[in-house]
Amino acid sequence: MPTTVEDPRTVEFDVRTDEMLVNMGPQHPSTHGVLRLVLRTDGEVVSEVTPHIGYLHRCAEKIGENLAVRQWIPYTDRMDYLAAMNMNLGWSLTVEKLLGYEPPERGRHLRVIIAEMGRIASHLVGMGAYGLDLGSFSPFLYAFRERERILDLFEAACGARLTYSYLTPGGATADLPSGWTDQCLKVLNEFEPVIADYHTLLTSNAIFVKRTAGVGVLSRKKAISYGASGPVLRASGVDWDLRRDGQPCYTRMYEGYDFKVICQRNGQYEAPPGAPKPPYDVVLGDCWHRFYVRMLEVVESIWLVRQAIDRYHRTDNLLPRDHGTPFKLTDKLPPGEVYLETEAPRGQMGFYLVSLGGSAIPWRARARSSCFSNLSTISDIGRGCLIADIPAIVGSLDIVMGEIDR
Amino acid sequence: MTHDALAFARLHAQFGDALSQPAVASGVSEQSDPWLNVEAAQIAKVAKFLRDDPELLFDFLNELTVVDYLPPADKKLAAAVGDERLEVVYHLSSLTRHKRLTLKVTTPRLVEGALPEIPTVSKVWKTADWHEREAYDLFGVTFAGHPNLQRILCPDDWQGHPLRKDYQSPLEYDGIRGR
Repeated sequence: MPTTVEDPRTVEFDVRTDEMLVNMGPQHPSTHGVLRLVLRTDGEVVSEVTPHIGYLHRCAEKIGENLAVRQWIPYTDRMDYLAAMNMNLGWSLTVEKLLGYEPPERGRHLRVIIAEMGRIASHLVGMGAYGLDLGSFSPFLYAFRERERILDLFEAACGARLTYSYLTPGGATADLPSGWTDQCLKVLNEFEPVIADYHTLLTSNAIFVKRTAGVGVLSRKKAISYGASGPVLRASGVDWDLRRDGQPCYTRMYEGYDFKVICQRNGQYEAPPGAPKPPYDVVLGDCWHRFYVRMLEVVESIWLVRQAIDRYHRTDNLLPRDHGTPFKLTDKLPPGEVYLETEAPRGQMGFYLVSLGGSAIPWRARARSSCFSNLSTISDIGRGCLIADIPAIVGSLDIVMGEIDR
Repeated sequence: MTHDALAFARLHAQFGDALSQPAVASGVSEQSDPWLNVEAAQIAKVAKFLRDDPELLFDFLNELTVVDYLPPADKKLAAAVGDERLEVVYHLSSLTRHKRLTLKVTTPRLVEGALPEIPTVSKVWKTADWHEREAYDLFGVTFAGHPNLQRILCPDDWQGHPLRKDYQSPLEYDGIRGR
């Protein structure tokens, strides 16, 4: 005779629920901008995620086909608006690649300082907003407190706090003001010890780990196939960073610098002292790893900025203090086509420039967005998770819609 | 990460007739990237070969985009543009071998009034899924065999393909007046 006591779990799975389409966004605080996700759900379980993008589409590429290369710089600001400096840098380097121009040494070190400070500021938002997604409010305030000080530095350098247009083809619009690097070092000295607090608040926080460990696992193979890049790719265990592996005209900027590519090798991270070890229940490629990689990259960036400031000052008397751009707006571009990817905070930001010659305006200006490819993984890694995990996954990809929609 | 002469050689050995010699835009300094022209019908096979060949291993599709070559009114520029055509550009990387490769597929802008069609590579690299949708949306290139070829950036009911050089902005969309 069969037993009459039913296993409660069997009952749970026997309950038939109707499939329901849940619309998340475009105005949803945890979708980081205007992203709309249509979830096909069965009870709490998501069986299909369909992202709809394009709400911020401005066809920036069409604008780029109608402007001189330097005039497009402000439009690149508005792609990844949380790391506008890195967007400026990507386009500037692409133009320089076409022209075969190399900025002076001092300009190169200046760019490293600015690009890495931009990376820190961007990762701070990524980290703070991720806490917010998961219901922890205070890390957001701490992150913005630090980011604010970096924005103050950027404001001192170029006058803008969000859309800088600071790095241009040829170098930068102006040299750093006197005393800027001292301020910068002061900010870094005060920021560095605080990172331990962030680890306490989030990285090793039991609730945070429960929400992120094993959620949204992106395997190494899938990450490569989907063209994911940046921290999303490295968190899946792919040892790939364009600052080290990129094209020569980009890696030259980082020549002689000492930095590590943050990635798990042989099951281990080369974590700086003080950083917590991965908890036992995390899986390579999950949300926790993506977050952790960003946290460790901040430390690397701080170290890079320190080296760059040192080098920047050592070039003081060797080169004239002039890195205004050598190109006029009406200067004609040589014919040719170049594609260059740089390591922006969110991944590989690629620019493709086609010039037919005889004109200052490119025939085609194309921006390959890193978040565009990173987001396309969502229908794969979001399948089979719970509704509450969707904000955790989207947040861990750290997307900026301005860059996806362009 | 440099361009890959080995890939050129191996591709020629495999698909001799479907390829042209590596080309570089004329009169350009060495900064310009070389590329390889591939016959449209062969692109999916070439892509699969590039990904799976143990000596090449191009596992990463950086991007896929299109360039519209429509001769403009300006005579000098029109001469530089040459024939009227669309070029689909594939930028590939190999993460294991640290090499890059650029492929190009040339296709007419319109085939008897209809949009041109080339085989999809989205089964080889999943990156191509969204990038091909974008190319379809903004340039009107259709990709045969694509699992879900819909507009991605513009609204579903948008008319025309905005990045084509002869595109006219609509004066009105959905009751919203333009300029």
